[in-house]
Amino acid sequence: MSPIAVFGRLGHDGTVEHPERWHRDQFRHRGPFGLRDRRGHGGPLRREPTDRLGGGVASGIAAWRGFSPTTVRIVFVLATLISAGWGLPLYVLAWLFIPMAGAEHNIFSKARNDTGGIRLAVGLASLLIFLLLVAGALNGGWFISWAWPQVFSVAGLALIWRNGTPEDQATLRHLLEPLGAATGDVKPNRRSAWRLVIAAVLMAAGLGWLFSAHASLALLRPLGGVLLVIASIVLAMGPWWLRIARDLALERQAKARAEERVDIAARVHDSVLQTLALIQRRADDPQKVIQLARLQERELRSWLFEGRSPDDADEELTIADGVRQIQQDIESRYGVPVEAVTVGDCDLDENLSALLAAAREATVNAAKWSGASVISLFAEVEPGEVAIVVRDRGKGFDPESVPEDRKGLAESVHGRMTRRGGTATVTSAPGEGTKVTLKMPRSVAVGRT
Amino acid sequence: MSTPRVVLVDDHGLFRSGVRAELGRQVEVVGEADDVQPAIDLIGELLPDVVLLDVHLPGGGGQAVVQAVKASHPEVRFLALSASDAPEDVIAVIRAGARGYVTKTISTAELADAVRRVAAGDAVFSHRLAGFVLDAFAGGPTADVKPSFDPELDQLTSREREVLRLIAQGYTYKEIARELFISTKTVESHVSSVLRKLQLSTRHQLTRWAAERRLA
Repeated sequence: MSPIAVFGRLGHDGTVEHPERWHRDQFRHRGPFGLRDRRGHGGPLRREPTDRLGGGVASGIAAWRGFSPTTVRIVFVLATLISAGWGLPLYVLAWLFIPMAGAEHNIFSKARNDTGGIRLAVGLASLLIFLLLVAGALNGGWFISWAWPQVFSVAGLALIWRNGTPEDQATLRHLLEPLGAATGDVKPNRRSAWRLVIAAVLMAAGLGWLFSAHASLALLRPLGGVLLVIASIVLAMGPWWLRIARDLALERQAKARAEERVDIAARVHDSVLQTLALIQRRADDPQKVIQLARLQERELRSWLFEGRSPDDADEELTIADGVRQIQQDIESRYGVPVEAVTVGDCDLDENLSALLAAAREATVNAAKWSGASVISLFAEVEPGEVAIVVRDRGKGFDPESVPEDRKGLAESVHGRMTRRGGTATVTSAPGEGTKVTLKMPRSVAVGRT
Repeated sequence: MSTPRVVLVDDHGLFRSGVRAELGRQVEVVGEADDVQPAIDLIGELLPDVVLLDVHLPGGGGQAVVQAVKASHPEVRFLALSASDAPEDVIAVIRAGARGYVTKTISTAELADAVRRVAAGDAVFSHRLAGFVLDAFAGGPTADVKPSFDPELDQLTSREREVLRLIAQGYTYKEIARELFISTKTVESHVSSVLRKLQLSTRHQLTRWAAERRLA
């Protein structure tokens, strides 16, 4: 039973912060297919860093106008196809000029002062222009017209690479990873080298085929060239796509972990924080405070170290469960700490249930009468028998001159045990504490030890 | 005996200052550390009699400290102190070389006593550790386990078992001596011998047992 169940639920009094508020803040951003507010956020247009594939432009526009990011992305891809590749430089420009959500300035305002970056951008762009001119002279075909707009993309990406935030750079690195692998940027291994060589050969063959198609006009040849080019792209990019899929899985795991953390926060709130609040209110009653602290300690321990939820039904199935139950009941009812140690474990049968009942009586007795500050409860499961020792360092008594009430109890403990073939020994002396040793033979000599 | 010089290693500053305040008069707290590497450096520098060591530290388990210090300064003794009852933590730090284990809920007087005992070269078992050891060494040697070079290491004598049982029942060494009609020194030597077995036994059951306790 949790302390809340015992003492009633606490209201919010400022000392206990509810984790749900925290929860809501953490999960404000929903997944790409989650529900969106159709009206948009009404603020200025900002790139959305939390839900990005590239620069977060599409999700930024989506959040601004209240569309689904997926819709924006599809529209963008279609526009790129129709405009023969002009969508890409447009996207890069948007990346450069729209500030990140929460940021003051866009990347371009920083890139303006980056002469090295500008030089690099111009250099890369002119290199591409040169290549395209050469390809055009060799009768490059339809894709040359697609490649021209990318001169601007390359220049823009170079500027972003030099001046973007670390997140922007990480995204770029991610997107450009296959190129990095080709230039040896990523740690090359033999397999990826072979893969790239084969891809390059296929690509060259395919392009050659495509170029010569203009001359020969054979109908089947362009098709073969396209197939070869596609095959080379799949070969070169395949592992990278796989990695993206794997990253998605990792992301899902991270989300699961975050949910687990929220669960733990809720659990800590329900138990620990509530108990701490109760302890603060009861600071003038040391007995109560100790009792609360013990109760909470035990609950946390059983959750942390034994994987048992405090809400689990307390079923007595084994000796260890039974001993734990006795400890719990005595501590919460009499406020006396019980130090329980169980060695081995086995399932309960009728005899062992009787043993536990006798042990419970002995423990209650010690809690009520001994005046000891702590009671030890020791249970040991051996192949042949189960022994439970209840011991206190309290005032003890003289077995010769036992008061009537205690004699009655000794007899009831004794009776329970002997009826089922067990033994009960009580050792005590005034001022020396009391020790009750209970032993019960096991009917089945197998069990969990 | 002079008051033992103690270094506290615990990542909770509140706990350290609490222990320092409580133990202040009975032992000499010469230093404090809050993580593995600072602890190793500090202990190597101060060479205290006893290190009070938290089992859980951010930069690795307490056993990392024990192993590192034991390699260069075998004379420094460790007493593990933990809020955790997870048996594998306790067994791990003991097997690394700690001379004892007590829970953080221990009373001040008992803690001071435990520190003095460890300083004097004795072993200190809490009732819970005694229960763990009894549990781990339960049953005879099993066939699937490669025995230690010294088969005696794999088993407790019946006397050692008795002593452990009484510790698990909350008896002090003095009370045990009286109960078993032996001297306190003999009780201490039994406990030290159990500690040695716990540290040296190659009984794989120890590890397996701890793992099973975790799963159960």
